[in-house]
Order: sequence, then C-alpha cells, then structure tokens
Amino acid sequence: MPESTNETVTFTLDGREVVAKKGEAIIAAAERAGTYIPRFCYHPRMEASGNCRMCLVEVEGPRGSTLMPSCFVAAGEGMNVCTNSDKVKKAQDGVLEFLLSNHPLDCPVCDKGGECPLQDQTLLHGPGETRFVEEKRHYEKPIALSELVLLDRERCIQCGRCTRFADEIAGEPLIDFAGRGDRVEVSTFPGEPFSSYYSGNTVQICPVGALTATPYRFAARPWDLDQVESTCTGCATGCRVAVQSSQGRVTRLLGVDTDTVNHGWLCDKGRFAFEGLNADGDDFELSDPRRRITSPMVRTNGELVAVSWSEAISRAASLLGETAPESVGAIGGASLTNEGAFAWTSLLKGVLGTDSVDAQLGDGLDPSLVLGLPRATINEAADACTLIVLSGDLREELPVLFLRLRAGAATKKASIIDLSNGSSCFDKVAAVRLPARPGDAPQVVAALTGDDEAMKVLARHPEGATFDADAIAKARHLVGSDGTGVVVVIGRSSLAEDAAFVEDAALALHQALPKATFLPALRRANVHGALDMGMSPGLAPGRVSMEDAASSLSALWTKKPTSTGRTTLEQLRAMDQGAQRVTVVLGADLGADVPDADLVQRALSSDAAIIAVAGNGSTTVAAAEVVLPAAISHERGGTTTNLEGRVSRLGQKVVAPGDAWEDWMMVTELAHELGTTLPFGSLDDVTNAIAVYAPSHHGLTTSLLASSQASDGVVVPLGTETLHERKAADPMAIPGLASADHIGLGAFTGSITSETPSESNQGASEVAFSQVRLPERRALNAVVPDGYALRLVSGRKLYDLGTAVSASPALAALAAPAVAKVNAYDLDRIGAHSGDRVRLRSQKGTMIIAVESDAHVARGTVAIDFNVGQAGETTNAVLALLDSSVAVVDVRMESLS
Amino acid sequence: MSYFTDGRQARAEQLIAIYPEQRSALIPLCHLVQEQDGYLSEEGMVAVAELCGVTPAEVRGTATFYDMLHTEPVGKYLVGVCTNIACLLAGGLELLEHAEGSLGVRVGATTEDGLFTLEETECLADCNIAPCVQVNHRYVRTTTPEQFDALVSELRDGGRASEIPSHGTLIRTRRDVDLAADPGLVAQERAARRAAVEGQS
Ligand code: SF4
Ligand code: SF4
Ligand code: FES
Ligand code: FES
Repeated sequence: MPESTNETVTFTLDGREVVAKKGEAIIAAAERAGTYIPRFCYHPRMEASGNCRMCLVEVEGPRGSTLMPSCFVAAGEGMNVCTNSDKVKKAQDGVLEFLLSNHPLDCPVCDKGGECPLQDQTLLHGPGETRFVEEKRHYEKPIALSELVLLDRERCIQCGRCTRFADEIAGEPLIDFAGRGDRVEVSTFPGEPFSSYYSGNTVQICPVGALTATPYRFAARPWDLDQVESTCTGCATGCRVAVQSSQGRVTRLLGVDTDTVNHGWLCDKGRFAFEGLNADGDDFELSDPRRRITSPMVRTNGELVAVSWSEAISRAASLLGETAPESVGAIGGASLTNEGAFAWTSLLKGVLGTDSVDAQLGDGLDPSLVLGLPRATINEAADACTLIVLSGDLREELPVLFLRLRAGAATKKASIIDLSNGSSCFDKVAAVRLPARPGDAPQVVAALTGDDEAMKVLARHPEGATFDADAIAKARHLVGSDGTGVVVVIGRSSLAEDAAFVEDAALALHQALPKATFLPALRRANVHGALDMGMSPGLAPGRVSMEDAASSLSALWTKKPTSTGRTTLEQLRAMDQGAQRVTVVLGADLGADVPDADLVQRALSSDAAIIAVAGNGSTTVAAAEVVLPAAISHERGGTTTNLEGRVSRLGQKVVAPGDAWEDWMMVTELAHELGTTLPFGSLDDVTNAIAVYAPSHHGLTTSLLASSQASDGVVVPLGTETLHERKAADPMAIPGLASADHIGLGAFTGSITSETPSESNQGASEVAFSQVRLPERRALNAVVPDGYALRLVSGRKLYDLGTAVSASPALAALAAPAVAKVNAYDLDRIGAHSGDRVRLRSQKGTMIIAVESDAHVARGTVAIDFNVGQAGETTNAVLALLDSSVAVVDVRMESLS
Repeated sequence: MSYFTDGRQARAEQLIAIYPEQRSALIPLCHLVQEQDGYLSEEGMVAVAELCGVTPAEVRGTATFYDMLHTEPVGKYLVGVCTNIACLLAGGLELLEHAEGSLGVRVGATTEDGLFTLEETECLADCNIAPCVQVNHRYVRTTTPEQFDALVSELRDGGRASEIPSHGTLIRTRRDVDLAADPGLVAQERAARRAAVEGQS
C-alpha cells in the first residue's frame, strides 16, 4: 500500500489507493493515476475556477457522499473518491444536457467540429438524446474581439478559460464576462479590443467553437489536416508547435505543451506568421518582403534574371573562389537552422578561410560574453528568487519568455529588478524599477552592487537620478551577497546605445554576484544556434574560440582563418571602402535591421558583390549579384537552438516554393564547385557532423534527437539537464492536437500516461556551458548630456517592419506607427503637447514625428521604436537619427506647433 | 482631471482607502458614478477602471452582472414592480401591466421625457404589502393601479423630492459609519500587509 510522506497524501480512487501531491486537485492526481475525469473549464496551466461542473465526482464525507468538482477540491488524506458511480454519471449527463440546451447543434458548420471537446465528451458521457425542443439563442455572428479573434456567442459554454488566460497568464484582462445567467457573454470594452500579443491562445484553449482566429476560420476541417511537431523560429524563445497543413499549405499552428519552454502557449506573431509562407511567388517586387524567392537569379546586364541552379552556383563559386579570403565575408545566419549555420561556417571559414562571418547585425551582444557567462535555463529563470532585467522589452522581443517570467512575479514568488527605461512589460509586477538611461547601465549596476559613488554619479545627470535611495536599498537586499538564486536577463534595451554599456554592466554583475546565472535575450530566431556554430568573428563551431578549435576539425575543414575577421558593421564599412569584395548575406534584411541606414546604403551601392541567400524579398536581395532561393521556416527540417541553449528539432511540413533549396544543399554544391568536398549527403549527415565536430554538441546525434526523451529538445552540452519523457497531452487542454493526423507527433494519442519526472537542472551537472573566455571589463564612462538634448532610446516592437510581420497580412495590419515618447516634464520644457509634431535633430540627421507623453520614459530621454515606420510608411523611421559610430545618440527636440 | 464633480472625487478616494486592495472599491465607485450621472456611461466606467487599477472590460463585466448597476441611461425614476410569488398572487403581474399602460412603455424601457424607467423585479423583501413597488429602490407602498397612477403624477409634478432623490442616489455611499478610517492610517496598514506578504515569499 502506498505511503504518504510530508509532501504527499494517499486517497482512494474508485477503490484503489492513489498518492497525490499535497494540495493537488483530485482531477490531476486521478489523471496521473490513469483515470481521466471529463472537464471543460479546468486547464492544467491555470488556476481552477470550478465553473463548468463537468468534473463532478463523488466524495465520501461525514454526512454521506456528495458530488464535488474534482478540479477544485484537493485530494485529502484518506479521502474516498468515486468517479464512475451512477450518481456521477447522472451528474455528467445532466451537466451536458444543460450545456447543450443553450448550445447550437451546428457542428457541421463549426470550425471546432471534429476536434471539439464538447462533441467528444457529449459522445462519451452525454445523454445521447435531446429533450430540448425550444428555439435556441441567436446572436449576431461573429463579433470581433480583436483583429485576430472572432466570437460566436451562442457557442460559448462560459468556461472562462479565455478570460482567465487573459487575466492570469497574459496579465491583460481585456476580455471579461458581461451579463449574468444565460445572458453571460465574453466581451471587450467598447473601443478597447482584445489586442493582446497572446490572443491566439484563447482560440486554442476554447473547448468549443466559440472563438476562432481570422487566419484559420473556415480554412480547413480538422480531419483534413496533417501535422508535424516543430519549433517556432519566430524568436529565440523556441516554443514547441504543431504545424498543420492542408493541401500543401500551412493552415494553422498550435502550441505544444512542454514543461521546459512554452507551457503550450504561443505568441500571435509565432502563431500567425505562417501566412507569409503562402504568399504567392512573383507578384511582388524583389525588394518587397512579401515576395517569395522561388528561383536562383544572377545579375546579367544590370538585371537580375532567373537562371538554373548550376549557373547560379557556378557564378557564386567563382565570385567566392576568385577573391582573397580577407575580401570575403558573410552577414546574417540567425534565420538558418543549426545545420545550415554549420554548413555555411564550414564553407566560409573552413573552405574559403575567411573569419568575417557574423550572424548578428550590429544589434546584438559580444558573443564571447553571451557564450562565456554561466547560462540559466528558462525554468531556472522562471523559478529564480530575483530576476534582474537588463534587456529590451521582453514582451516585444521574446513574448512567451515574458509569459514564463511574469508568472513568478505575478504570484509574488519572484522579485524583479527592472533596469529598462521607458514602459516595460514588467511595469505592473516589478519589485523595484531602476531605469537606466542610455549609457548609464554600468553605473546603475555599480549602485545596485553596493557602490555608493555610482549613486552620486547618476545623481549628477541634469535631470537627477531616475530612482531614489530607497529603491536601491530594496534592490540590494533582493540580490543578496553572492547572487544565489539570481538570474540576469541581458539584451539590448536600446539600439541607439553602444552594446558596450550593457556588456560591461553584465560583466560587473558577474563579478559582483558570481553565483548569478544569465539568460541572454538575443531575440532573432536561431541566433544562438548560429553563434554556437561559430558564426561570429573569432569563433569556431561548438562554443570555442578559433584558437582553441578542435584539431579534429581539420578532417572537415581544409583551411582555418588565420586572423580575426570583421563584424557586420566592420564588413559594411569594408564594403564601402573597397576592402571587402564579396559578401554573402544569409537571410538578413540589412536595410531594416542594421542600426545604421547610411552605412547600409553605402555598402549596398558599393561595387562589392552580394550573394543573397533568401526566402523573401528585401532591398538586399534587390541589390545582389547572385540570389539563391532558400527554404525557410516550416519548409525545412533540422534543428534550432533557443536562448537557453536548447537544441530542438524542426519539422518540415510543406515544400518550399519553386526551386528553393535547403542551405546545406547549396553549401555542399558550392564546396564541390570550389573543388573540395563537404561530406554531407543528407540533412542527417550535417546534424551528425555537428555532434562530432562541435565540442558543445558532442553526442547530440540524430538518433538521440529522435528519441522520445528529446521531444522537448535537449540543452547542450549534454548533461546540463536530466532528460525525460514528455507528458502526453491532455486533449482537453490543447484541443486540435489530438485530432489531426499524427505525423511526427507520436505523443498525441490522446491518452494520459504516467507522471513526468520533474526536470531538475540544479546541480545536475558540472558541465561548463562553453569554453569561450569572457571579455575584459572596460572602464566605461557615461557621456554626460548637456541638459538641452534628450538621449535617444530605441527598442524593438513585436509587430515591426521585419519580414515575418510584413509578409503576413493579418499581422502587418497590426503594426502601430512610430511616435516619439517623452516624459511629460520634458514635453512641457520644450513647449509641446501630446499629439504635436516635433522636429528631432541628432548629429546624424533630422526627422519630423508625432510626440506623445509617456510617464515611464525617464526625464531627459526620448523613446522611438526601432524598425517601425511613420504612419503609412514602410521604412524604419528612427534610422534617420541613428549612427553606429557613436556611443549614445543625443537629440534636440523642437516643437512645430 | 477628475471625472467626478461636487466633491465626489474626495469621496472616491475615501472609498478606495478603506479597502486593503483598491480594486475592492469597484462596486462602491460604480454607485458613485450612478449617483452623479444616473447610470454608468462608458466614460464613467473608464474612470472607475483607472481609479481601481483594473481594465474597463472588468468594470463592465461587474457592472453588467448586477441589476442595480445600469450601463444604459435610465430615467430619473426607476420604477420596479415585483412579480415574485407573493406579489404575483396579490396581482403583481396585473399591476406591472397597468404600469406599462399608464407609463406607455414596455418593461425595461424609459419614457420619452426621460422621467421613468420600468423594471420587473424579483422579491424585494416587502411581501407583506404586496404587490411591492419601488421607485429608485425606495418602497412606495402603492399596491393598486389607482395609487400607482397617483404616485406617477405626483412624481411628474416634482413631488416627493426629498423622499425619492433622482436615480443613483443611494444611502450606502453616503453612510459614514466605518468610513471614518483615516486614509493615511489605512495606507500605512496596507503597506505593512504588503511587506508581510513579500516577507513571507
Ligand atoms: S469563449 Fe470559449 S474559452 Fe471563452 S468562455 Fe466561452 S467557451 Fe470558454
Ligand atoms: S515567443 Fe517566439 S518562439 Fe514563441 S511563438 Fe512567439 S515568436 Fe515563436
Ligand atoms: S468545474 Fe471542474 S472542470 Fe469545470
Ligand atoms: S414577492 Fe414581491 S416583495 Fe417579496
């Protein structure tokens, strides 16, 4: 007989003894013990609300047995629970009859039909016949809760999953129940739509067809879909997804529940950006991100013309082969798979011998810092006692990471120290805010770690410090003495500020708090995988520096770069000055992403040749000498690496349009054309080569990746975490996954298996994250502003002018126009009002833009989002002011009204 | 700029101060808006949301749940006729029908002059003088059609002004018992509570 411990209780479930965790709901304990209790409102990732009563079970008490909602009642020691008595069955029958009395029986025209928990549970537990002959309710249908989510009110069963998600998980209660009794409906406030970055999740968890998403509504029937499990590469969070397609086109993405990363949630960008894949071929200009590149192209007589692959390869190979290695470089690579990245690094560094390869676009962080700091996992960050946020707005950059981190702070388990300037996603939940003006991060960190001098330096700002002594005292208390339990999120909070400031601040934190771990918030798709594969000057594959590169690499590489190469910005300057003659641009849109418009313009119009490898159009593609069409997102297999260093598999769901190839194929062909052989006959060959040649990835073979223990991905180096089988999905928690064809999704059989061993990283290993040495500290002095100028802050937005958003009509419509945000104090000082147009002048240039007052923007600063256009424009507006050669950008503002 | 007029802003702050969580003042503040405007306009709900630190959608959600909170304009006099069992037996439904006729509106509607809104209600706990009628939640004890009509014309002529103030004016929000708490003191206690909660975690 099972024994109870301090953490467990033993109760009787249908006559057998079952052990539950203390406080665990009966429904969850029963599920782990193999007994599935029907439910609607219960969702394992949210607090129980007990409002549908589908989960009633009989519990014996002192006054006889009573029906209790098993989602709401915790299993207690010695409790006697029955889930299958006549009384329970009658209750289930009654609940369903009640639900159905107000529910239209329009399954044949309902999007949920075929994957609907209400359908399924009615068949299993329902009355079978209806006694309801009256007229059903009718509502105007559908009503829009937002641009993306539609509601058919008559289908709603008032389970409250959507409203609880919005409140509890997303922290944006923009939808709520209105009315009472049978009049209850989910509703938004007039004029305030459900514009949440997470709205698609409500559609996924709605147990009926009440909520639908515009991109999928009426697009397919569930039984016509087949699916593959994959990883979203919309950002570096790396959420697990099921990619579903119909007739060769991606039709829907659903979040897969993993304990380690996304808990089943996705952001709307990740969920809906697939629309861009289906954009049809040649309708758009080559410079338009909506254009898919479907055929190789070579510039002939000044025009890009479609050619055969062999012609394009030979043209590219001759450009690369006939140029000295010092004059060849590559920019980009974050959109590649690990295999693509390894292949390109091998070609560029190992065959051609150039070290000028940089996956970051002048908007990232020093890779030796990123790789050299002790790394935290997402779970460790989510469970941290104290979280120091020294990054851009995570909701804008890494949306689902934000959800995971917010959860701890919202339930007061974690304290957040937020150093961001301007409104931040942690506004409502941060324990302490220490806004760092551009250039001030090292001083703020010094103050945080005990340096009182730094407080005085900060106070010398013409507008004073952004926080007071109380705040710093509280923050010091929260970080403790050695950083135990502290996780630091580092990233670029502003692209108008030299990365050196945040890098130095991170190093200072590492020195002062040696036990603290770091989560690098570099946001772009597989940028972490690209860095791991050596796509940065001075690095070799496997998180080692080029000097320390394994000698075994010589079996694969015929050359090895002899000197450290150029970064992206240096390459662009070298192109402009004629020192770099050939540049391979790997999927990057230089015009939109590099924070220096002039420089890009000069580089693109120089006579350096560009070989553009791309899936979508861009100004870079339009300026290229050779264009090689690449398979992107769900059109390719391989692996990708998220920001915690988790390598997970990508599932190919559809074929790339036209003649597009996967990167490893073009690399192999190019190598061949250049007279060497890279021994890659298949994608798996590349994955296995990584497992051999990249020290950090040793042992990460295709067979390990394909095993069920690796279904959530594997943090490298192996041994960092304990691998475990994934918990099988509860079909009710994530409807839509169990119904589609099971290709690649073995776990979704709809059955409930035994308990997942909980993952523990703590002390699991002595494995070093990498062998890369940290850079030296630099004594950085902030440049004190003159008191007239405002210091520019430029952070990221989720819906920007980037390819993913621009190419997806549903998302592109959501991008907001650029405005300048300043503190009301400064607005007053300048004599402008919210809504006025102002002229901004930096040393680089001027722009005219609407101004808005924002209490979260620190005095003395002005915030304009990066890669966002002014109303009606599609150019990155803030570029007019940015200059990559200065440490901080000061602007003068002048009212035009 | 405060949404409230005539010293109601101070009252709002006082109401917020008596609760450990500011959002708990949501319903009292809704009543305060109704006292000012007669009903909860969108602007009013937005104002309550701001004061309580919640979203307007949450205010609307709460307001639409309760029958005494109105999100549509109502007349100066909200006339409620009970048709629950005791009143029904005593002719509540007939009285309601009579009211419809004499006011010239259906249940739920407001007379064109904006004076009367007619409601059908559940038990109003005055069953001993059935059928029960309330005007602006005050018992008027008019049980016959004749009494009802007399009351209506009296109200039309501006009668009973002190006894039946215009819709929205509740006794509750003006009751100062237990509200004497010093807002400063409450704020202190609240901070101490917060600190204790944070200390635990
Ligand atoms: S819309 Fe769907 S998720 Fe929301 S309450 Fe209704 S049934 Fe539940
Ligand atoms: S958070 Fe990132 S990885 Fe997750 S769904 Fe959104 S874009 Fe994709
Ligand atoms: S009441 Fe338990 S699942 Fe709804
Ligand atoms: S039944 Fe009408 S007041 Fe009680």
